[in-house]
Amino acid sequence: MTGPETLRAALRDTPHAEWVEDALAAAAERPGTFRRSFAAAGRRAGRAPLPGVPGWTADEATRALLLLAADQGAAEVCEVYWQGDADEKRAVLKALPMLPVGTAAVPLLHDALRTNDTRLVAAALGPYARHLDQAAWRQAVLKCVFMDVRLAAVDRLGERADAELAAMLAAFAEERAAAGRAVPDDATALLHSLSSQES
Amino acid sequence: MRIFDPHIHMTSRTTDDYARMAAAGITAVVEPAFWLGQPRTNPGSFTDYFDSLLGWEPYRAAQFGVTHHATIALNPKEAGDPRCRPVLDLLPRYLDKDRVVAVGEIGYDSMTPEEDDAFERQLAMAVEHELPALVHTPHRDKARGTRRTLEVVAAAGIDPGRVAVDHLNEVTVGIVHDSGCWMGFSIYPETKMSPPRMVEILRRHGLDRVLVNSAADWGISDPLLTLETGRAMLEAGFGEDDVDRVLWRNPVEFYSQSGRLDLTGTAAASAEPTFAGSSIKRGGS
Repeated sequence: MTGPETLRAALRDTPHAEWVEDALAAAAERPGTFRRSFAAAGRRAGRAPLPGVPGWTADEATRALLLLAADQGAAEVCEVYWQGDADEKRAVLKALPMLPVGTAAVPLLHDALRTNDTRLVAAALGPYARHLDQAAWRQAVLKCVFMDVRLAAVDRLGERADAELAAMLAAFAEERAAAGRAVPDDATALLHSLSSQES
Repeated sequence: MRIFDPHIHMTSRTTDDYARMAAAGITAVVEPAFWLGQPRTNPGSFTDYFDSLLGWEPYRAAQFGVTHHATIALNPKEAGDPRCRPVLDLLPRYLDKDRVVAVGEIGYDSMTPEEDDAFERQLAMAVEHELPALVHTPHRDKARGTRRTLEVVAAAGIDPGRVAVDHLNEVTVGIVHDSGCWMGFSIYPETKMSPPRMVEILRRHGLDRVLVNSAADWGISDPLLTLETGRAMLEAGFGEDDVDRVLWRNPVEFYSQSGRLDLTGTAAASAEPTFAGSSIKRGGS
């Protein structure tokens, strides 16, 4: 799992390293002020993929580190999410595994999974999704298939996928076949792998 | 023809509109926060609306190859409603966000003291957050409302070059031209402004600081009237570069003053104008 040290080190190699370091220092000294930096992170830290850290962009990493630097508790982290735009929400979701929030942020996953924004749905299924109950997690995986979100976004997919998910995927594939529509390749592969485990 | 609609309320439009707009070359839009027709009764109703303008709507637009930004404000009509006034205190957190390229729509509806106060406070927020301002002019008593608008803008200490005064017509264009503010024109099927009248105004007042929008919303309106205006300009003898300036470069210049206009995903932002950038990525499941 990607940790804060990895993110911070990678950000030091970006053109916006100075702004990021200043913002993190300010957030640590005066936590009340970090919200403006958090909002501005996209335009100040950049939105490019972070070199050497697959799956993370510079703004997401900066926002995750700002939440840590400002020592935000569960209630504050949730508030940042509820008041965030889509990019800010996605950054909070990706940061959750690093933050001392316990299970208090599970409602954020439910919120993200309720949306039709594929970026939020995918971000909700990282390592923190271990706190989702199995029924909600299966629905989330099926929603990914439905929305053409690649299943590579789902953390520990192989470990958690079960017979019930296989049944849901099979029914989905049947509906698609009846309609003459395709099933995403990764869903087909998952279904095959689950079916072969059973037999 | 590449077109940037600097004022359109996509929340009230359908996906068919997005598809037609993209096919017509309208690949960038700014959606000002406004009045939804139905009165809102509490500030939470506004935060959900603002969140939608900054979250869901740009996502929806992107499915059709349209780049979407927003302006955020408490609109003039609801600024007089005591149930909505607390929205003014919620605005600062929104004005820091990425896709917010101006404070707006602000200004007058009925020119009440409450509207004065909301207008002045929001102009001050524009200065504080280093954003331009998009100012609505009233439908009733428009000439007097426009004069009063310009007085308030002058007193606010905001650079007039960072203010667009919208919904102008033949009667109000002159004083706004002289003020140094940008001039917005909303091209409507029946009211406000028509393509032929717009062409005449461009002939008389030039192309500087002119913004042409459809202001399409939930009423009788048409998101393709910017395109119609471009065609009317060509028929009247304006060149393609003139059309590009009015329908693309002018709105880019105005909103770029926010420092937050991001057109990197827009095919039309490259040197060569294109009709081919209108790919629809996904039909929906």
